[in-house]
Amino acid sequence: MNPPNDIPARSKPLWNPYVVGAGLGVLSWLVFALVNQPLGVSTSLSAASGACAVPLLGSEGVSTNAYWMKTPFKWDYGMLFLVGTFLGSLLSTLASRSFRLEKVPGVWAEYFGPSVAKRMAVAFVGGILTMYGARMAGGCTSGHGISGSLQLAVSSWTFFLTMFVAGVSTATLLFRHRKTSNA
Amino acid sequence: MNLPITGEALRWLAIPFGILFGVLLHRGGVATYNVIVNQFRLKDFTVLKIMFTAVIVGGIGVLALHQTGHASYHIKPANMLGVSLGAALFGIGMVLYGYCPGTGIAAIATGSLHALVGFLGMLAGGVLYALSFVWIEAHLQNVAALGRLRLPDITGIPDWGWMGILVAIAAVIFWLLERPRAIATEGAR
Repeated sequence: MNPPNDIPARSKPLWNPYVVGAGLGVLSWLVFALVNQPLGVSTSLSAASGACAVPLLGSEGVSTNAYWMKTPFKWDYGMLFLVGTFLGSLLSTLASRSFRLEKVPGVWAEYFGPSVAKRMAVAFVGGILTMYGARMAGGCTSGHGISGSLQLAVSSWTFFLTMFVAGVSTATLLFRHRKTSNA
Repeated sequence: MNLPITGEALRWLAIPFGILFGVLLHRGGVATYNVIVNQFRLKDFTVLKIMFTAVIVGGIGVLALHQTGHASYHIKPANMLGVSLGAALFGIGMVLYGYCPGTGIAAIATGSLHALVGFLGMLAGGVLYALSFVWIEAHLQNVAALGRLRLPDITGIPDWGWMGILVAIAAVIFWLLERPRAIATEGAR
């Protein structure tokens, strides 16, 4: 269950989860007060998908699409926030020397074996569902889960609870039969 | 204070704010597949602890800012069918991917290659949504569309009452989780 030598101690640079949560709360004060925007990820990501779809659908196909007309790709606050998120995680990873290439994570390997192709295929499908669901719901774990819930939005609490129930049900079904005995 | 920062400068605030967000996600341990999946397996409650604390600390502060005229709300519309269906797809997808959009980006920076592949999946999901957007808007988002409602609007319980309720719920949940011999946070890594 807890392989002692799986991860070197120095790559577990974790902070107390309540402190991290409080930090995210304070970050939301700053964002609301200074930028007058909610904290979110998936809106900008879907705008970025428009830019990526140009080779596929043609620039006209993208520029005339009703969704991307409403949410066009631009290097605005939301898009730069995603760049910052990547940079922040990278800095934190490098500072704690915990950068580590991971193809098949531990829990996955325990249940589905070491196949890289299998893991990548499921991650890809999972990514599709995650993003499609986020856009249909109007937000993700950031925009609804944190930023919307803290404003007591009905939509966001509906999202939070439904997402959690769906996730727990999926995980219960998915992780039933261990493939390897990882003592 | 009436939005002292505007235009270009405001846009660039996204970089330090994003960096803070990314650092917190990484140091919170939620840029890790095992931690997120084990939350949904109810074996590791790191995600819940972080999110619930963020909602309470953020909620109290933003409510105070709002009441003193320093912040406005950004409430997403309660299109109940779209939100519920989308949230269900999101929950399924998040377990398969092992990340959400924000933590997926943070995880790529830690070296997770399957987070990168799932990120490409998210871009594909964005394309699929854009292509089905008109149909979804016409057939789904107008069902049980209640508008930009907040919990105080539909319950009659005032804002600070709701904050009190959330603090009470969090206190009980956190107490249950932190009891000796409670389900270990570090378990099943």
